[in-house]
Amino acid sequence: MEPLIESLNYILQNIINALQRGSFYAVISIGYSMVYGVLMLFNFAHGDIFMVGTYIGFGIATVFLAVLTGLVPPPVIFLATVVVTMFLASWIGVFVEVAGYRPLRQAPRASAAITGLMIGIIFETTILIMLGAKRLSFPPLMETVNYHIGGIYITNVKAMIIIISLLLMLALHAFIQKTKWGMAMRAMSYDFLAVPLMGVSINIIAPLTFAVGAGLASVAGILYGQAYPILDPYMGVLLGWKAFVAAILGGRGSIKGAALAGYLLGFIEIFVATVFPSTLRDFIAYSIILVILTFRPRGFFGMEHSTKLRL
Amino acid sequence: MKKIAVLTMMAFCMAMMFSSLAFSARKTIIKIGINAPLTGDIPKVGEGTKYAAQMWLEDIEKAGGLEVGGKKYEVELVIEDNESKAESAVKANTKMITQDDVLAIVGPQSSKQAVPAGEVANKYKTVMISPWSTNPNTTLDRPYVFRGCFLDPFQGPVVANFITDEFGFTKAAVLYDVASDYPKGLAEVFKQAWEEKHGPGSVVAYESFTTKDTDFSSQLTKIVKSGAQVLFTPQYYNEVPLIVSQAKNLGWTGPIVGSDSWGSAETIELCGEACYGLFFSSHYAAAGAKGATKEFIDRYEATYGYIPDDVAALTWDALRLAQQAIQDAGELTGRIEKDREAVRKALAQIKDFDGITGQMTFTEEGDPIKCAVIVRINHQGEYEFYGSSCP
Repeated sequence: MEPLIESLNYILQNIINALQRGSFYAVISIGYSMVYGVLMLFNFAHGDIFMVGTYIGFGIATVFLAVLTGLVPPPVIFLATVVVTMFLASWIGVFVEVAGYRPLRQAPRASAAITGLMIGIIFETTILIMLGAKRLSFPPLMETVNYHIGGIYITNVKAMIIIISLLLMLALHAFIQKTKWGMAMRAMSYDFLAVPLMGVSINIIAPLTFAVGAGLASVAGILYGQAYPILDPYMGVLLGWKAFVAAILGGRGSIKGAALAGYLLGFIEIFVATVFPSTLRDFIAYSIILVILTFRPRGFFGMEHSTKLRL
Repeated sequence: MKKIAVLTMMAFCMAMMFSSLAFSARKTIIKIGINAPLTGDIPKVGEGTKYAAQMWLEDIEKAGGLEVGGKKYEVELVIEDNESKAESAVKANTKMITQDDVLAIVGPQSSKQAVPAGEVANKYKTVMISPWSTNPNTTLDRPYVFRGCFLDPFQGPVVANFITDEFGFTKAAVLYDVASDYPKGLAEVFKQAWEEKHGPGSVVAYESFTTKDTDFSSQLTKIVKSGAQVLFTPQYYNEVPLIVSQAKNLGWTGPIVGSDSWGSAETIELCGEACYGLFFSSHYAAAGAKGATKEFIDRYEATYGYIPDDVAALTWDALRLAQQAIQDAGELTGRIEKDREAVRKALAQIKDFDGITGQMTFTEEGDPIKCAVIVRINHQGEYEFYGSSCP
């Protein structure tokens, strides 16, 4: 009986680990999918938008902690940080669309596809020039409390990351399904040629999509700063690429698919390292994904028409 | 015409040779070369080198010179700037050996300069001691080149010994970056040393990740489950805080031990209280030092206004090693080639030299067998001398 409970605990512990890791992949990969839905292009700057969002969150959190500590309870500081960061980071998204993608909208697809890469590098070097190569430590917005429940360890930060990520995705779902803006975005992803003729301007919907994606990524950045509190200008590169893999795996343009694939990626990474030697983790994890894509080339929820129409 | 010119040249050369021989025979000055990065990327390293050397010279002057074979010699330092560049370090060594007739050279500090400069010193058969270079190639197959610090992999057995003696543990876990040379090499050496001590399989978890990873939860969950009593992680300041806090959040309660890569001041800046009470191995620790080490630190601080770093301490030891070797050489003939050879021989034979960074005995390669300093991060967040551990 004892060993059974022990291994059950071990599995449960790793499920929690995977949920935390997967939450980041899910929230960030949604940003790729949303932009793809509207513009049929991947925004390769998204990983670096996440990075800039994290730095903005870092700045706001530092200021708020200095000014507001003692005046209001910590959860209020946390909430205020999230709201202000989201607002500011959305403008980063708008900037990327207006400065990078809009001028190239009529350009060959390959040119438009690589603008994101260049913007990403520009963001990285800008942060590098402004703040230097020194790593920064994200201040904790709440005191970490470690709960030990029947052999499983979970901190309040971990629980918060998992819950807030889920809430964010539910809120996004409601936004897309229930609001006029959401409807316009959905319509655009059905047919980006006909919808502008109906009076819905692509010049409003596209920046809006970028803004929502960037806002989500910046909240992911704040949560990331709580879980892995070391910031460097290249932190978005690897995470961005992995989230991009999740977006493809979920099916291009599918938000639900991106979220599910994000969690799946988290689970694959964590459980591969649990079962096999950790040296082989990425090798095995990404081989699995390659096999999945071989059998489901359009991912889980990929739409038929998107492969015919564009990139 | 041509013949006369050649003959004149030859005669001139002969005269030069004799005159220099005649001159050096009368010489009562010992020259020691210092090859340091006074300008360039790491001027602070150069400054520490220079200050330590000046302190050493002060001591010699106070004693009225260096006594070798019953005769007092005046000592002169030849300090050359290598601009933290490999070419300049080579040039500086060549100049000091061929023009200044130095008896021995201390420096360069970084492996980048010490490896090529060592080539020159070895070629001209002049003793060179690099205080700070940890690259094995600096001394490899070069009988005239020595160093004052231990090599990176050397810390593996030292840390294994420390954990065994201090805590009496028998089961260890290792977490390291498989994509980076330093941690990977150190992890392998540690595993080998630990299993030699405690039997095969005593490293109960040997987990890795790749550079840029930030989530170590699956590895750490495995480590916690493995029943390991101690975690060894030879990582850098950007990973140590993440590893430490994630390990604690996953229920790890044992000690976490690292290597000299933890020694950067940024480790504690980024890690904060989570790292208090942890240990790592290093060359030297200023806080809590005792005896001669403390004397050196206090004197340095009083003279130059700040606490010396490991470069200054290692340079001090390197100079005192050179001094000991010169004194052990017995007597100086004044013929520089012969004297250099005698110094090399004496240096290679030094046993149990009592340095401020530990006791040293040289191997045949010219690398010291010395004890490492075990540093404890105390509750003020300072790196405190805890003890020394020997291989």
